[in-house]
Amino acid sequence: MSRFMKDLLIYCLAKAKKAKLGLSKNKGMRDIMTVYYMEAKTARLSRRKVAWITSGGPVEPLIAMDIIPVYPENHGAMIGASKMGAELCEKAEEMGYSRDLCSYARSDISCATVNGGPIGGLPRPDMLVCCNNICGTVLKWYEIQARYFNVPLFILDTPFCHTEYAEEMKRYVKRQIEEYLVFLEDVCGRKLNHATMEKVGRLSVEGQQLWQAVLDTAANRPSPMTAFDAFFHLALIVTLRGTQITVDYYRNLLKTLNDKVEKGIGAVPNERYRLLWDNLPIWYRLRWLSKKFAEHDACLVADTYTTAWCGTLKYMDENKFLDSMAEAYTRIYLNIGIDEMAKTVMDMIDKYHVDGFVMHSNRSCKPYSLGQYDIRRIVQEEKGIPCLVIEADMTDERNFSESQVATRINAFMEMIKERKG
Amino acid sequence: MKLLDEFHGIRDDPYTYGKKLKAERNRKIIGYFCSYTPEEIIYAAGIHPMRLFGAQGEITLADTHFQAYCCSLVRGALEGALKGKLNFLDGTVFPHTCDSIQRLSDVWRLNTSFGFFADVVLPVKLNSESARRYMTDVLSKFRNNLEKGFGRRIEDQHLRKAIDTYNHIRTYLEQIYSLHSENPHIISGSDVYAIVRASMIMDRDDLLDKLPAVVEGIKRGDTDADNGTKKRILLVGGICNHPDVYRILEKSGGSVIWDDLCTGSRYFSGIIDNSGDPVESLANRYMERPVCPAKHLSVKSRGEHLVNLVKEKEADGVIFLLLKFCDPHAFDYPHMKEYCNRQGIPCMVLEIEDRLPTEGQLLTRFETFMHML
Ligand code: SF4
Ligand code: SF4
Repeated sequence: MSRFMKDLLIYCLAKAKKAKLGLSKNKGMRDIMTVYYMEAKTARLSRRKVAWITSGGPVEPLIAMDIIPVYPENHGAMIGASKMGAELCEKAEEMGYSRDLCSYARSDISCATVNGGPIGGLPRPDMLVCCNNICGTVLKWYEIQARYFNVPLFILDTPFCHTEYAEEMKRYVKRQIEEYLVFLEDVCGRKLNHATMEKVGRLSVEGQQLWQAVLDTAANRPSPMTAFDAFFHLALIVTLRGTQITVDYYRNLLKTLNDKVEKGIGAVPNERYRLLWDNLPIWYRLRWLSKKFAEHDACLVADTYTTAWCGTLKYMDENKFLDSMAEAYTRIYLNIGIDEMAKTVMDMIDKYHVDGFVMHSNRSCKPYSLGQYDIRRIVQEEKGIPCLVIEADMTDERNFSESQVATRINAFMEMIKERKG
Repeated sequence: MKLLDEFHGIRDDPYTYGKKLKAERNRKIIGYFCSYTPEEIIYAAGIHPMRLFGAQGEITLADTHFQAYCCSLVRGALEGALKGKLNFLDGTVFPHTCDSIQRLSDVWRLNTSFGFFADVVLPVKLNSESARRYMTDVLSKFRNNLEKGFGRRIEDQHLRKAIDTYNHIRTYLEQIYSLHSENPHIISGSDVYAIVRASMIMDRDDLLDKLPAVVEGIKRGDTDADNGTKKRILLVGGICNHPDVYRILEKSGGSVIWDDLCTGSRYFSGIIDNSGDPVESLANRYMERPVCPAKHLSVKSRGEHLVNLVKEKEADGVIFLLLKFCDPHAFDYPHMKEYCNRQGIPCMVLEIEDRLPTEGQLLTRFETFMHML
């Protein structure tokens, strides 16, 4: 190892340690994420285990076991944001994966074989934890990675709640939470400390409450933040849920936002129209889209995506975290029927005083996108607000036509202006 | 063989058969889409389980519900329902499998009204005791739902009789596959396809009455298949909605001697031990049957199953039949192909949108593949 690399590592480890202790309170997102990824990439040196886990997966036991959680989906988002999606997706297609598959999965699968992408690939996993509460794609994706890395795979199977979270589902998921802990203890060769687990559980709930509070500031007029800001700040509640650093970060953010509210500073200079976004962000066009809407004095005040990481707080009990985890992880937004999704959407429309609904019809994500047309119909019937559907993909920019989307946004905004004046 | 005309007829026009069953015998009919449907429970309730395969042809009404990147099975199924082609149904049941069917169930529940409706939210992983228990719970619940929905009791003895009937049917179907596999000249692949396909549509007691004669007929050589050389092909995928595949393949000098399809061997694999609790026995079959890619048994189970089948059935080559936009199968394809490559098994892939390529194109592709074998 070169001298430089050694120095870099020592520096990063020191930084990582500091981050873990939560010493510096005003860290920026980029700092935290850099340290986090460096820590993950040097896990072998610090003799810590790495687990790859799905974005909707129960990360808290990993944190409590001092296992570093790594999120291929977060990685997918970074790949998208750095516009490396198309290239990696193409590579997966050369490997035989159909272009119609989820672009997060495609880019991660090919990235693993070449250590490509914006951060030179993810650190090798010691285990994989797949919770299918978001889709069936992750099941196949994690099977592929389990074969590729030849590491143990734990599947937390959360039955789909079309209309109910039934008794037998409860029993099944609860039983699996126990199996999950046994799996982690086996792979790590040591026991879970229950006091630590409780602490992590409380921090997780606190983090989610703060995240909800952050998103709630957008109910103000003008809104101090846009959904584009939420897409950015989301990273921590996804990746480091259950840590002090996340709690500190959002507490700080909340303060900044509340200050803006008090001073009446809006995220969009002349906010006139308030919109709701549905589905994943289009990572490679965030700036363009944000400008496009701002040009029309429109602020995307909320979205169905980032709320997913605090949407099941109502089922969580911070004093009985492990117990309540089963329900909270099973009843997330993507694991419920479209009528219940439509209800959630309509609640958000009321809560954030929304004038129009923008749906990203995302080729990559079938559980999120199939059913959108029905949700649109329900929302139009019950709320009477204009709805727009944009055809795109979150990471694979080959499925995005800028001129077409621009035309549709313009027409949609005209409609809203006419309605609202 | 005259007997097979009826099977071909039913396969060609299942809806007319369904309507007749309703009109002439006043049967209650429940429609379903996948081989994870616990048909035995429906049958035990005295209701006819009828498999639906999605309408072929133009999609117009379903377009207002599903984007173009949804598989043609789901879109076609909804199209059939919205066009009123399924009005002879008294209900539908949706076992949980892939993300697309999951959403079809929602859209179906909100936009159609066939009376009875049930989701059977099966476990996705099939390799743990807790999953087995959950599977049993889910099947019991479906039994209760049916009882309530149709106001009938389903006793254990009804379930045992159903299991027995299905065991017999499955044994005959497997036997027909085996006869064909042992001697591909004895019956054509299209005929075998028509029999299996029709067996998911026909009244099961009628079917069971007819199958012994079919088996006898095949053994006697009453069925005709041409005598040319036939490369032995294993067909792998989800659903094959295209009888022409079998015919064109035979024209090119091959024959499907076995398959790993949801509409093929996955439907009839797994004889059920009928001595214990019947619901548990049904659950056990699903836990052990060759797995669909939307379910998880182990990370290697499908690849290993494929290689075993190739060896056991002495296949010369494998054709992967992929339906466009079908995620579970598309995810499995590269590694299944790798399994083949490692074992030196030649394979080709046929991706189908909703219609087959033209006969000429397909024939050329098949012929090229046959030359490689
Ligand atoms: S984008 Fe959709 S399909 Fe892809 S991993 Fe996420 S939830 Fe699953
Ligand atoms: S398994 Fe494939 S073909 Fe079947 S419904 Fe799902 S996506 Fe469509």
